[in-house]
Amino acid sequence: METTTGPKGLTRRQLLSRATAAGASFMVGAGFIAAPNGAWAIETIHLTPETFATLTQMARDIYPHDKVGDEFYVAAIKGYDSADAAKGIEAGISALNAAAEGKGFDSYLAVGWERDRVDILRGMEDSAFFQQIRGGLVTGLYNQKAVWPIFGYEGSSFEFGGYIDRGFDDINWL
Amino acid sequence: MTAPFDLSDDSVVVIIGTGAGGGVLANELAQKGVSVVALEAGGRYLPQDYVNDEWESFGQLAWTDARTTSGDWRVAKDFSGLPAWIVKAVGGTTTHWAGASLRFQDHEWKAATTYGNVQGANLLDWPIDPREMDDYYTKAEDKLGVTRTGGRPGLPGNNNYKVFEAGAKALGYKTIHTGNMAITSDDGGDRQMCQQTGFCFQGCKWGAKWSSAYTDIPEGEATGNLEVRERAHVARILHNEAGKVTGVEYFDADGSLQMQKARVVCVAGNSFESPRMLLNSASSMFPDGLANTSGQVGRNYMRHMTGSVYATFEEPVRMWRGTTMAGIIQDEARHDPSRGFVGGYELETLALGLPFMAAFLDPGSWGREFTTALDSYENMAGMWIVGEDMPQETNRVTLNYDVTDQHGLPVANVNFSDHPNDVAMRNHAYQQGVAVYEAVGATRVMPTPPYPSTHNLGTNRMSANARDGVVNAHGQTHDIANLFVSDGSQFTTGAAENPTLTIVALAIRQADFIAGELSRGNI
Ligand SMILES: Cc1cc2nc3c(=O)[nH]c(=O)nc-3n(C[C@H](O)[C@H](O)[C@H](O)COP(=O)(O)OP(=O)(O)OC[C@H]3O[C@@H](n4cnc5c(N)ncnc54)[C@H](O)[C@@H]3O)c2cc1C
Ligand code: SF4
Repeated sequence: METTTGPKGLTRRQLLSRATAAGASFMVGAGFIAAPNGAWAIETIHLTPETFATLTQMARDIYPHDKVGDEFYVAAIKGYDSADAAKGIEAGISALNAAAEGKGFDSYLAVGWERDRVDILRGMEDSAFFQQIRGGLVTGLYNQKAVWPIFGYEGSSFEFGGYIDRGFDDINWL
Repeated sequence: MTAPFDLSDDSVVVIIGTGAGGGVLANELAQKGVSVVALEAGGRYLPQDYVNDEWESFGQLAWTDARTTSGDWRVAKDFSGLPAWIVKAVGGTTTHWAGASLRFQDHEWKAATTYGNVQGANLLDWPIDPREMDDYYTKAEDKLGVTRTGGRPGLPGNNNYKVFEAGAKALGYKTIHTGNMAITSDDGGDRQMCQQTGFCFQGCKWGAKWSSAYTDIPEGEATGNLEVRERAHVARILHNEAGKVTGVEYFDADGSLQMQKARVVCVAGNSFESPRMLLNSASSMFPDGLANTSGQVGRNYMRHMTGSVYATFEEPVRMWRGTTMAGIIQDEARHDPSRGFVGGYELETLALGLPFMAAFLDPGSWGREFTTALDSYENMAGMWIVGEDMPQETNRVTLNYDVTDQHGLPVANVNFSDHPNDVAMRNHAYQQGVAVYEAVGATRVMPTPPYPSTHNLGTNRMSANARDGVVNAHGQTHDIANLFVSDGSQFTTGAAENPTLTIVALAIRQADFIAGELSRGNI
């Protein structure tokens, strides 16, 4: 999701100049969120950018893979930026922020350590909201073809003639 | 008469379902000159239609009509609407299956006698002598082209197998090989040789793996004696005042109700739908459902004692490359109560792609404990456990009147809880599976819970005595002479082996019986 011109036709530099940091991982502006280095950006329509940024962080904290960039988590959850889903998501994220405040933090995104965020999530893991987000990620994240190579998974093989001549038995360390 | 047949033709044998049981029976009868109408709820998909993509293939082929669950099995919590992973398509679950094709061991035909009284288990001997099955097993192996039988060579071992084999040998196991697989291992036959594509569960695009969809079904159709009506969902089986079945009502592709007359009806809808159809056919003459004077329709549901073991290593394995299940350790399949349970189990190689691994490795779990396992996906090896589970009367399929399907019919509720023998056997198998991988340097092992059931058995079981079961030794219902059960639901007990070879052997045997009874005028 590398963008030279971001939402609203802005360049990376313009984009970042109109945004403020939300937590360590995101920049948030009017109607959009972006990576701190501007590597990707996405407009939100129904969700506030702060909510979307928080949801992205929550998604990563549920299924953290250090080699998987934020853009894949964004892709996994962007369907929630819809008229139907937005109300429930805003409510869920408010509850998440309230739980963070209850533990003495300003907001979920303001929590510095993953360990502390996971602690907050554990406290709400039986909620319908948490289960909705977690359940959706199982396919939303792991069924993205673009994510597979990061895990080494090679996907469809028929068009390459299977693995009969491509290493089905090439193990060499046994 | 040649196919297609008229709705009012009451000389035909109607077969419901075209999977391992129904598809084979349809072809076998057609080859003998019997007129057959096979009604199949799903559509027709052939190798060119299959896709090398786990979820997309699931969407294309799997049975996703509503079902409900209860009982203490974990599937009821994690996959409450999906008790089984089976197929709705011409060819049934033989499109998805992996091809492992094993004969029962002799003692497994006589579980009650061999295991004695197991508390809480509703054990019974099959009313079949194992020697009666020898020729039928040979016929089934020849039909399916099973490797390491009839002079057919074994498949080559893939990476996942090599890890498994090395661990098994280090542990001292003796019977270890690349399996008896219904997958073509040489260039000789009608089917193409396995190209090690690694998507056996998604339908084999080379047609190397046997499926009734592209073997028995077209062979039967070529005789002119078989008509397969696809997207025909049977609602109920009809009978007359004499208590004989006379035809079936089904919803056609447009959702209109049709009635096909029949001389004989054979039910082969797999172990949820077959009892559901019999129960849904209740009438004033048969208030508890057809063929249910024993009260056993829907009971004794078995799913095999299963589970998986995955392990990660320091170096890559790339288990997804090559045949999904071509690897077996058979040393634990014996009956040896000194291990703390009756019956035995097989260990078989198994690979899932990343998308299914994420869904099935530890359903519901999250956080780094889970994700670090997937981070090592490339270095992972896997095996599946399949062992004999105990039939229990309370593990059963019933009608759930609170939930209806797209045709307004009550859906099947599947209630299942493990028997203590199942739990003891699973724990033993986990321990042995873990030991196999630790013997070759596993850095982490994961005893993984059972998936939604792929093997579904026992819900219309076979018994010598009409009091104890639904069908006799030929799959003919005790109550109604022209009503048969032709799928895995007729299993008296499950044995340790994957069931399909036995389902096919029984279907070949049943075809001989039905053709004989028809010509003798008995049905
Ligand atoms: C992923 C996977 C891997 C497997 N691997 C193996 C293996 O390696 N070895 C092995 O032995 N077994 C394996 N199995 C199991 C094997 O596929 C089944 O045991 C076998 O196909 C069952 O045969 P059946 O005739 O009972 O039912 P199916 O093959 O399921 O056929 C039933 C058919 O009936 C149709 N039907 C149901 N209800 C109706 C209705 N009301 N009207 C009309 N049609 C209806 C269904 O659509 C279906 O097509 C595997 C299964 C799965 C899912
Ligand atoms: S591995 Fe072999 S049997 Fe399995 S899908 Fe590929 S070609 Fe077919």
